Amino acid sequence: MQSGKLFIKGNEAVALAAIEAGCVHYFGYPITPQSEIPEYLARELPKIGGQFLQAESETAAINMLLGASATGVRSMTSSSGPGISLMQEGISYMAGSELPGVIVDVMRSGPGLGGIDASQADYFQATHGGGHGGYHIIVLAPCSVQEMYDLTMLAFDLSDIYRIPAMVLADAVIGQMKESIVAHPRPATLLPEKSWAVRGKEEGQSQNIVKSLQLGDGEMEAFHWKMHARYQSLSLNECRWEEYLTSDAELIVTAFGSAARIAKSAVEMARDSGLKIGLMRPISLYPFPQAAYRSLSERCKNFLDIELSTGQMINDVKLSVARDTEVFFYGRPPGTGSLPDPEELFQHIKSTLWQLPVQV
Amino acid sequence: MRYNVFLSGYGGQGVMLAGNLLSFAAIYQGYNVTYLPSYGVEKRGGSAMCTVVYSDGDTGSPVVGHPSVAVILNQRSFDTYANNVCRGGFCIINSDLVINSESLSPSIVLVEVPMSRLANELGDSRVLNMIACGAYAQKTGLLSIDSLVAALENTLPVRNHPLIPANIKAIECGAESVRT
Repeated sequence: MQSGKLFIKGNEAVALAAIEAGCVHYFGYPITPQSEIPEYLARELPKIGGQFLQAESETAAINMLLGASATGVRSMTSSSGPGISLMQEGISYMAGSELPGVIVDVMRSGPGLGGIDASQADYFQATHGGGHGGYHIIVLAPCSVQEMYDLTMLAFDLSDIYRIPAMVLADAVIGQMKESIVAHPRPATLLPEKSWAVRGKEEGQSQNIVKSLQLGDGEMEAFHWKMHARYQSLSLNECRWEEYLTSDAELIVTAFGSAARIAKSAVEMARDSGLKIGLMRPISLYPFPQAAYRSLSERCKNFLDIELSTGQMINDVKLSVARDTEVFFYGRPPGTGSLPDPEELFQHIKSTLWQLPVQV
Repeated sequence: MRYNVFLSGYGGQGVMLAGNLLSFAAIYQGYNVTYLPSYGVEKRGGSAMCTVVYSDGDTGSPVVGHPSVAVILNQRSFDTYANNVCRGGFCIINSDLVINSESLSPSIVLVEVPMSRLANELGDSRVLNMIACGAYAQKTGLLSIDSLVAALENTLPVRNHPLIPANIKAIECGAESVRT
């Protein structure tokens, strides 16, 4: 083995990063395709004095996360499709209580029990709130095992800084695949003190209350405007994305997570055959990098959105680009045998090019 | 350069372990590697397949539609995947379980290895996957037998390290079977 490098699954990288990030509590319930996360943490957390707890259900797990987070410690949970659906109430309560906490969603197909294959059909649920009350959570979408590690660590930091729950949104491909990673130490990010945490009041200290119930006159409205400002600050400061060969592109392919990985190879094939194609990969799905899309669309007027669904992110792309931009779509809804390969996407890129107006 | 290999068989034949061994061998030779497993909900008897992509640069898509080499361990995998191999690529089959290979496109090079028989002759039917790995390395020349041997320690759980010599024998047997 090369020194300092590990060859591990995406799910294991999440667990490794969580421990490196100082996560000491994990609550969860097994479900494919993310079970390597609890498996790893069940083994490793007790060794460092942490706590692993297999909850009786995902509903219990998310509420345990809420409770642990209220005491100011770094904690996380992870699940997939049906389990994440069960967690929505708790996520809403965490958002209403301004609590940080990391939730890892390794998407599988649905609705209902669905299947264990990779999916991106929970984009809406993640980025446009599954729970009630009009909140947002931070959503980061890794496309490699290294990013599973890096973005998990970032999720803990952003969640603490903004006091908003953060989700790592992966899928069965990214969670199950193995790649070499460098498990670098936690970055020295300056984090705010958690003066709001409920750790047991000492003599002379003021009382802390963590709650989402706001009954006072104007209290709830004020809370919403405060959070709105925080979401705007997220949009200004925390958008992340990757551009690949976009500067001279006549068509920009856009995709996130595993679809972006496959699409990037299709873009390479297109470039090899002389076609000017680029790739725009949003890394933060909330905040969505609207300004970056807008700026790209000032020059390139044609986008092709590719997703492992019938189209969800495309709505955010359309809202972000300049009005005279054409946004095409190609999707493969999830399921066994439904994962597109680079050749298929390349063929679709070519057929999209034929639809473009002739440049004069 | 970017290389890829697709392995498929039924659950229990050691497809995932073989994919891991090739991955570690490629890492040992300094490549960047992406290993993507895929399997049904059954633990044994269901379909099991994996793709290994290795490259001196970016590994690109973990999903490969037309692999340059496929290692096929049973008939069902052959019927489903063999003709996905790209033109001029190798289809290395376990000829003991792939009885009918007539449907293979003439543009794909068929490499027949009696893996089940060779494994039984070595005294352990479980080393079939190691024979497959040895045949892959020898036939393609992309990974060395030494790398495969070196990768065993990382691939096998510590409790199985006493079996490393038997696995080395199987890797060498697989390589020998395709040596021309």
